[in-house]
Amino acid sequence: MIKKFRERYDNHTFLLFVTILLFVVMYTIGVIVFKDKNFGKVQVFLNLFISNAGLIVAAVGMTTVLITGGIDISVGSVVAMTCMLLAWMMEKKGIGAVTALIIVLIIGLVFGLVQGFLISYLEIQPFIVTLAGMFFARGMTAVISVDMISITNETFLKWANLKFYLPFNFLASPNKKGMLVYPYVFPSVIIALSVLIIVYLMLKYSKFGRSIYAIGGNEQSALLMGLNVRRTKLYVYIMNGFLATLAGFVFCLNTSGGFVEQAKGFEMEAIAGAVIGGTLLTGGVGNVIGSLFGVLIKGTIETFISFQGSLSSWWAKIAIAVLLAFFIILQSVVATKTKKK
Amino acid sequence: MNKLKKISSYRLFMPLICLLIVLLVNLIMTPTFFNISIQNGVFYGYMVDVINRASELVILAVGMTLVVSASGGTDISVGATAALAGAVSVFILTGGENTTDFYHAPYALGLLAAALTGLLCGAWNGFLVAKMKIQPMVATLILFTAGRGIAQVLTQGFILYMRVENFKYLGNSIPGVPLPTPVFVAIAVVLVTSIVLRKTALGLYIQTVGVNAKAARLVGLNATLIQFLTYTFCGLCAGIAGMIITSRVYSIDANNAGLNIELDAILAVAIGGNSLGGGKFSLLGSVIGAVTIQALTTSLYAMSVTADQLPVYKAVVVIIIVALQSPGFRRLTQNAKRKKVA
Repeated sequence: MIKKFRERYDNHTFLLFVTILLFVVMYTIGVIVFKDKNFGKVQVFLNLFISNAGLIVAAVGMTTVLITGGIDISVGSVVAMTCMLLAWMMEKKGIGAVTALIIVLIIGLVFGLVQGFLISYLEIQPFIVTLAGMFFARGMTAVISVDMISITNETFLKWANLKFYLPFNFLASPNKKGMLVYPYVFPSVIIALSVLIIVYLMLKYSKFGRSIYAIGGNEQSALLMGLNVRRTKLYVYIMNGFLATLAGFVFCLNTSGGFVEQAKGFEMEAIAGAVIGGTLLTGGVGNVIGSLFGVLIKGTIETFISFQGSLSSWWAKIAIAVLLAFFIILQSVVATKTKKK
Repeated sequence: MNKLKKISSYRLFMPLICLLIVLLVNLIMTPTFFNISIQNGVFYGYMVDVINRASELVILAVGMTLVVSASGGTDISVGATAALAGAVSVFILTGGENTTDFYHAPYALGLLAAALTGLLCGAWNGFLVAKMKIQPMVATLILFTAGRGIAQVLTQGFILYMRVENFKYLGNSIPGVPLPTPVFVAIAVVLVTSIVLRKTALGLYIQTVGVNAKAARLVGLNATLIQFLTYTFCGLCAGIAGMIITSRVYSIDANNAGLNIELDAILAVAIGGNSLGGGKFSLLGSVIGAVTIQALTTSLYAMSVTADQLPVYKAVVVIIIVALQSPGFRRLTQNAKRKKVA
């Protein structure tokens, strides 16, 4: 069956298929193993999205950057800075939630613009530029406030706690009193999924999206084809800066506060998600749907660990690393097999 | 005028200028920066602190330079490897106890264990990059994610203390020697590496593989083996650095030992004027880069910037330094010159 599948689709689709299959298998195992703990409840599944909404947004942005052959390791720090800025503006300066959000998103655009300019026009390696960006954003978080700030702004908390129920009886389950409880999601999930869909369509159907793939595949050829390589790259980094702050906002909806150490290693989780989802760091290949499943797989491992109860959180890291190794080696094997054909 | 041009075209010119500027700023901001005094037979002062604290970074930068040169990629797992090597070594020496004041195993065994752990981690990365042809950053992302986790499993999440006086020698100073030990270790690593690279053709081979791996293979070089060796060596460097980091605080905290040091090491390579795209490299450049970063950090501390806010200034300075050396900037200045001539 796999052979037939491989004949019909190319390698990248095959890898995406493996990722999705693995997610389904892992989840099914979870449902069977933790049957008594209600792993199979729809809400547990939705919680995967709720707790990883920020990461999904960041991974979508990261995937786009990776497709151009670049990288952005400033994302985690930008998320921390966003949370801190939001908290500081609303709590210490009394700025309204909407204004604060707009200001933060503009800062994200500017941040992306500066990084994009340095990368595409001054031709500094993306790794170094975004490394400096990472230092800068993390440092700025500390400059704003060294202490943790919790958000008490009413509008913001209303956004954070707004529940969207899925009004389908077959999804609902009875609670202890026998009342039907409908599963719900928070606005963060809706933002994350809309971003995912928009970027997916953009990458697949827009001229801009196709240029991104062309540049990642081979920059020289893209240039000779008449594409404006520099400007496209600049736009990608601007978009990623925006998405990083949006991810920060979504993240903040979950945590409702800002502190310096927040979201450390977030960028590496986003990269890991993208890689598990089949994105190549050499550029030209990648798919945001894959990245979504990459993030979900990471979330499933964490849910496993929390349901199991006695394992420490560092086992999650080791498990993710093992999975990462598995996928990377699988990709490598698939890639060499095609070359031999 | 011609002479000036000759000097400025010298490879290490820009990195050296950057280091000088960082130091010169201190002359104005912190006049005591260059004072060196002797206390208890040991040199004290900001400058001593710079070369002392830069030691681990120099060691890591040496390994990183070769990795970057041969594979055009970076090893982001060195920090985690250093923590893991330190954890393995301390775990063996303390016999797994949380705190101890005598060696449970010979000290040499601990050193050997750290070196071996480093070598193994490096070999794993090298296998993935050289043999499996995986992009370096992705390949090393695995150990980056798992390294500290494995170290945590080993230490059970505790900080292990090794309270033996001579355990501190490696990271601090040996009684009777006026300079801190890490400086000597760093100098030794740099010297041995550069002698090996110069007296054998290995340095040339590494650069050849970095410029074009396929062409290198066609002229008869074993590109796979050379890349593998650079990663293994980088792992060994991480192991040595891990021991120094551990010895400095005579304990291992798997969460924080060598945190983010891989970023500084990569930065050191870039500030040293080396291309992160691989190929030609200058070890001395990376050493200068590492010292520049530490000089910057120490200067900022001397100007009483807090540790949390330090990255902001560091980021700005780093961007200025790399922007000055960037191809884009060079193009801009050349265009300006041409306009002047016309």
